[in-house]
Amino acid sequence: MTQTYALLAGIAQQFGVLFFMAIFLSIVAYALWPKNRARFDAAAEIPLKED
Amino acid sequence: MSTLAPPRSMSAGEIVGMVLAAAFALLWIFIASKATDPGYVFHAWVFAAAGIATVFALGRRAVANAPAAPPQEIDGRPNYNMGPVRFATIAALLWGVAGFLVGFIIAAQLAWPILNLDLPWVQFGRLRPLHTSAVIFAFGGNVLIATALYVVQRTSRARLAGELAPWFVVLGYNLFIVIAGTGYLLGITQGREYAEPEWYADLWLTIVWVAFLLVFLGTLWKRKEPHIYVANWFYLAFILTIAVLHLGNNAAVPVSIFSPKSYSLWSGVQDAMFQWWYGHNAVGFFLTAGFLGIMYYFVPKRAERPVYSYRLSIIHFWALIFLYIWAGPHHLHYTALPDWAQTLGMTFSIMLWMPSWGGMINGLMTLSGAWDKLRTDPVLRMMVVSVAFYGMSTFEGPMMSIKAVNSLSHYTEWTVGHVHSGALGWVGFVSFGAIYCLVPWLWNKKGLYSLKLVNWHFWIATLGIVLYISAMWVAGIMEGLMWRAYNSLGFLEYSFIETVEAKYPFFVIRALGGLLFVVGALIMAYNVYMTIRAGEAAEPAPAAAPAAIAAE
Ligand code: HEM
Ligand code: HEM
Repeated sequence: MTQTYALLAGIAQQFGVLFFMAIFLSIVAYALWPKNRARFDAAAEIPLKED
Repeated sequence: MSTLAPPRSMSAGEIVGMVLAAAFALLWIFIASKATDPGYVFHAWVFAAAGIATVFALGRRAVANAPAAPPQEIDGRPNYNMGPVRFATIAALLWGVAGFLVGFIIAAQLAWPILNLDLPWVQFGRLRPLHTSAVIFAFGGNVLIATALYVVQRTSRARLAGELAPWFVVLGYNLFIVIAGTGYLLGITQGREYAEPEWYADLWLTIVWVAFLLVFLGTLWKRKEPHIYVANWFYLAFILTIAVLHLGNNAAVPVSIFSPKSYSLWSGVQDAMFQWWYGHNAVGFFLTAGFLGIMYYFVPKRAERPVYSYRLSIIHFWALIFLYIWAGPHHLHYTALPDWAQTLGMTFSIMLWMPSWGGMINGLMTLSGAWDKLRTDPVLRMMVVSVAFYGMSTFEGPMMSIKAVNSLSHYTEWTVGHVHSGALGWVGFVSFGAIYCLVPWLWNKKGLYSLKLVNWHFWIATLGIVLYISAMWVAGIMEGLMWRAYNSLGFLEYSFIETVEAKYPFFVIRALGGLLFVVGALIMAYNVYMTIRAGEAAEPAPAAAPAAIAAE
């Protein structure tokens, strides 16, 4: 029982950290990727457009 | 359209709605007949009356020939559905004034306990949750629903999803507020801070909230704009997370369907952790993420400039989402909670400082090159000051989450000061700014009735906030130090009641600050009323106003 707990907790903690870090870093890369710049600049104008 | 048009047949939505509302009313009449708790019986009748009123409203909608499905577009422009937004805006204004007033009353009660009047219904213990729920959920909640439903339509260039569902959301939410508020006065509470309503009110809110989520998602689904604007991400995070928090923290077993009382599924320290996982993320996703959605739409719109950095806004969003969820344990320092959990909460709270200030910088720098507008536009000034208060309270918060600092601040007025620098300065001011923007847009007016009155509101309320939070800082640090003062023999220097007595002047200053805040809100209510009644109409009315169904 305790061993299963320790095993599962260990996996959850270590893989959890790596998993979340990987997702977060990919998001940062996506946000800063030079190719996406034009898209984001266009998106920033959305509230200012009149329909 | 000729007035002689034959009455249309009822739509499927109207029929289903009528059947459900009638069944709902019957259920509550049955409960009312069996229940014994007078407060619960009263609530049963309120629910039953709401069900019956819904049956009539839906019937009238069909008989009056209101279009069952108004066009999605008129002349190629989206036919926005602003009726529910108008309702929520007015509701926010009225609840705001009421909630601030109750805040002033409990502030006066702390200074002069005789004001408890020896009556159970108006004593501090019952009015305090009435205040917190009225300002957070009734005022803040209606501001968030109004702006979310407005922003998602405008930035998607699409009409709200559903015709009856958006009305169900705003009316159902306000019904929840009435049940919650009257429950506190009658003594019905489950005693969990910010989650006081009992099981049946919680279930009702769950239904309303799921409808809110579906309306929001459905509108995004229909969008004409390829990109989902960042404000919508914040609103979506707010709606989703609140749903999860609400379900987790309110997991409870009712004693019986005929009793308002329930018992939590959690116990001991797990129960405490659940409560503050909920409590802190209510701060993070209700009082922060939702209002950041307001910032990302209304500040650029009012300043007529795009947000300073859209890329920063993406990183801001995800960093906030990743960090906030872990910070709850800072409310349970030095308790039975395991040490590692406390340290975890503290670490994540300190990290939270970064995305918070990233967001603040993004909001403030949106004005770069247009700073002169701060002098001429008091509405924009209000929103900019709110962002500055956001920066202040998100610096103070991480500091207070450090265990050594928390050992001084916890249980003291310092916490209350921190709360209100966030609540009055950030949540209050950004909401006022949004309401001042929305009202002329929603009622097709050229502008507000009086910018001068906005200016008065701004300065009176700012003075009120300064009095409030500086009094609480002084009182808090003073009492914290008094509690830990020893005399030369190693005895405590002060008895507890001496520390209470020492706070009296600061309680009076706080009450005065609160009164100024109330006066500011009354000025706003008058200004909004005059704008709607007497404001000059904007020239070309945009897409014909949709026939709103009865708002009752
Ligand atoms: C006229 C303005 C207001 C006044 C005079 C006022 C006054 C008070 C008072 C006296 C308390 C009780 C403090 C205690 O138990 O020692 C309180 C608590 C609280 N108020 Fe206000 N308030 C005002 C506005 C607001 C607003 C606008 C919000 C939120 C948007 C807010 C949120 C809260 C919260 C969350 C608490 C609980 C604090 C805690 O448990 O630490 N208040 N308020
Ligand atoms: C980085 C952001 C923030 C952090 C790390 C933070 C941290 C803290 C800490 C350490 C406490 C004291 C807990 C205790 O000793 O009991 C606290 C209380 C509180 N904070 Fe913050 N805070 C932040 C931002 C905000 C903002 C922006 C608001 C409001 C809009 C807010 C509202 C509250 C409330 C309502 C409480 C009182 C809870 C209660 O005891 O009833 N916080 N916060």
